[in-house]
Amino acid sequence: MAKKRFVVGCFDDEEVLFPAVKKVRTAGYKIKDVYTPFAVHGLDHALGMRETSLHTAGFIYGITGTITALGGISWILTYDWPLNIGGKPHFSLPAWIPIIFELTVLFAAVGMVLTFCYISQLAPFVKRHHFHPRATDDLFVMVIETTEKTNVEDLKAFLSNAGAVETDSHFVEEGWWIGRYDREEMPFENKQIVAA
Amino acid sequence: MHLKYESQLREPLVYGEKTYHNVTEDIVRPIEAKPSKLWYIGFYIAVSLLLFGVYSVYRDVTYGIGQWNLNKTIGWGWDITNFVWWVGIGHAGTLISAILLLFRQGWRTGVNRAAEAMTIFAVMCAGQFPVWHMGRVWMAFFVFPYANTRGPLWLNFNSPLLWDVFAISTYFTVSLLFWYSGLLPDLATVRDRAKTKLRKYFYGVASFGWSGSTKHWQRHESLSLVLAGLSTPLVLSVHTIVSFDFATSVVPGWHTTIFPPYFVAGAVFSGFAMVQSLMLIVRKVFGMQDYITIGHIEAMNKVIVTTGSIVGVAYLTELFMGWYSQNKYEGYTFWYSRANLFSPYGWSYWGMMACNVLSPQIFWFKKLRRNLYVTFFMSVIVNIGMWFERFVIIVTSLYRDYLPSSWSVYYSPTIWEIGFYLGTFGLFFTCFFLFSKYFPVIAIAEIKYVLKTTGENYKEKMVHLEAVDASVFGHSGHGHTIVDNESSN
Repeated sequence: MAKKRFVVGCFDDEEVLFPAVKKVRTAGYKIKDVYTPFAVHGLDHALGMRETSLHTAGFIYGITGTITALGGISWILTYDWPLNIGGKPHFSLPAWIPIIFELTVLFAAVGMVLTFCYISQLAPFVKRHHFHPRATDDLFVMVIETTEKTNVEDLKAFLSNAGAVETDSHFVEEGWWIGRYDREEMPFENKQIVAA
Repeated sequence: MHLKYESQLREPLVYGEKTYHNVTEDIVRPIEAKPSKLWYIGFYIAVSLLLFGVYSVYRDVTYGIGQWNLNKTIGWGWDITNFVWWVGIGHAGTLISAILLLFRQGWRTGVNRAAEAMTIFAVMCAGQFPVWHMGRVWMAFFVFPYANTRGPLWLNFNSPLLWDVFAISTYFTVSLLFWYSGLLPDLATVRDRAKTKLRKYFYGVASFGWSGSTKHWQRHESLSLVLAGLSTPLVLSVHTIVSFDFATSVVPGWHTTIFPPYFVAGAVFSGFAMVQSLMLIVRKVFGMQDYITIGHIEAMNKVIVTTGSIVGVAYLTELFMGWYSQNKYEGYTFWYSRANLFSPYGWSYWGMMACNVLSPQIFWFKKLRRNLYVTFFMSVIVNIGMWFERFVIIVTSLYRDYLPSSWSVYYSPTIWEIGFYLGTFGLFFTCFFLFSKYFPVIAIAEIKYVLKTTGENYKEKMVHLEAVDASVFGHSGHGHTIVDNESSN
C-alpha cells in the first residue's frame, strides 16, 4: 500500500454529475471512484464498471444450503440412525421441505452478506480515507487518480467547468487499514510516492 | 433532464422544502440531541417491565414450570399464545422491506427501517417463550442437530416443532442481516457528522468503514434485491410453519388445511397494527411528520383492512367447516367451545371477532383511514384481537379433551405467567427505545433516493417539466394531449 495524489471534484446534483463523468472520461482521466450519499442508478454504467456477480454467488450459496439440508437429513434419517416414526417411510421428502427451504435461504443470505463485506472490504475497525465528509450527506464526490504528468491545477479547473462546486487535491493512502475513526491517523506515512 | 418520473396523482412521500442535507439533518437530529423527558420516562418503564420479566423467568427456572398455571390438559397456555403473537408481529418488518420492495411501493422507504427493527425485537421476544417453556432451559441446545455423545441420536426432522426451530432462527438471522446491511450507509452518515469522540468511535466501528463508493453501492443494491427476494418466501414460510405446529396435530380446531394462509394473513394484520402504533409515536416524538406522512398511515390502514377481512373470511370458513365436516368433535369445538358466547371461553372468541373482523371495517372510510387518533386506537384494538385469536385457538381446542377426566374447566395465568409476558414487552420497548435513540429511525439513503421523484417541492417542479415534455414529445394527432378532466366531462 502506498500513498497517491488524487484530485477531488464535488458535485451537489446528480444531474450535473452524469455529464461531468462523461466529460472527465472522454478527456482521458482515470476516475478512481465516485462517492455518493445514496445509490445513484446508472452511475456504475457511466463509470464503465462491470455488473456485479454477487447474485451468482448467492445462488451458489443457496444451492449449497439445499444440498446440505437434503444430504444431511437423508443421511441421518435413512442411514445413520433410521428411526421408525409412526411407521412412515424413512425417506420422507415432503416432511423435509420446510427445513431444506430454510437452510437454502439461510446459506444464501449469510453467504452473500459475508461475501459482500469481504469483496467490498467492509468490517468493524476497517478505516479508509474519506475524501469529503459530506460524501455521506449531500455531495457526489468524484475522485480522479493522477500521474506524474497530470497538471493538478488544470484538472481542478476542468472539474469546476464541468460543474463541480468544490475541488481539492489529496495526497493519501488509497487502500484501507485497521483503525479507529476517533483518531486522526494515516499509515505508511514515510513511503515514497509510487504514483507512476 | 430528469432521471425518474412519478405520476402527479400520487401523494408526495416527503413534505416540505427538502434538500439532501435537510433529510440528513432531520433524521440524524434525535441521535445527536439529548433524549427528551418523554424518552427517559418510557425507557425506565420499559426497563422496569423487563426486570419484572427477568424475575418471573428466574422463578420459572428455579421452581420449575409449576410456577405457571398450565395443567395436563392445557399444556399450552399463555406462553405459546404469546409466542405466536410476537412472531406474528415480527412479520410486518420484512413484509414491508422485502415484499413491498419487490412490488416497487415507494412508501415503504419511510417506515421500513423502524419496521425491520421492530421485527427483530419481536422475534427476540417470541423466541423467549418456547425456550423458557422447556423448563430445563440449560438443555435448550438439544433442539439443534449437533454431534452428541448419546450415540448419534439425532432430532426428528419430520416434526413441525423442529421446523419451527429452523424457521425462527433463519428468519431472525436473515432479518438481522437485511436490517444491518441497510443500516451501514446511514451509520456512515452519522459517523461523518459526529462531533464527539465517543460517537466517532462507535459509529466508526458500526459503519464498517463505509465510504459510499459506487462499486459498493452497486453490490449493495444487488445484495438488497436478492435478500428481498429470499425474504419474501421466507416471511411467508415462517408463520406457515408456526401454523403447522397446530395443523399437523390431531386436535379438533387445529387439524385444518386453512391454517397456513390464515396464519400468514393474521401475522401481517397484527404486524402492521404494531408498526402503526410505533410509527405514530415515532413521528410525534421525533417530529418526523414530513417523512412518515398521513399517506403512509393510510397505506398501512389499507393493508390492515385487507388482511383483517382475509382473517374474517378464514374464521367464517372454519365455522362453516365445523358444521359441514359433520365431525362431532370439530362441531363441538367450533360451535360450542368457541362460537357459543355462554361457554367458558365464548367471551374470548367474540372478543376476537369484534376486534379483528368487525372494527377494522371502519377503514373502508377514507376519513377514518387518515385520522391519527382512530388509527392509533385501532392499532391497539387489532393487537388485542390478535392476542385473543391465538388464545382462542390454543385454549378452546385444549380445555375439553376427548376424555371427560381431562376436562380442565378453567385456566387462568399466574402472576409469573403474566410477568413473563410483561417482561417481553419490557424487552421489546427497551430495545426499541435504544434503537430510536442510537440509530436512524428512517432509512436516510433510501429517502434521498426517492426525494427528487416524490418530494413535495420536486413534484411541483415536475409539473413544469411535464408540460415541456408534452410540448416536445406529445403528438396531438394521436389524442395524447393533456385533457383537463373537469372540462371534458
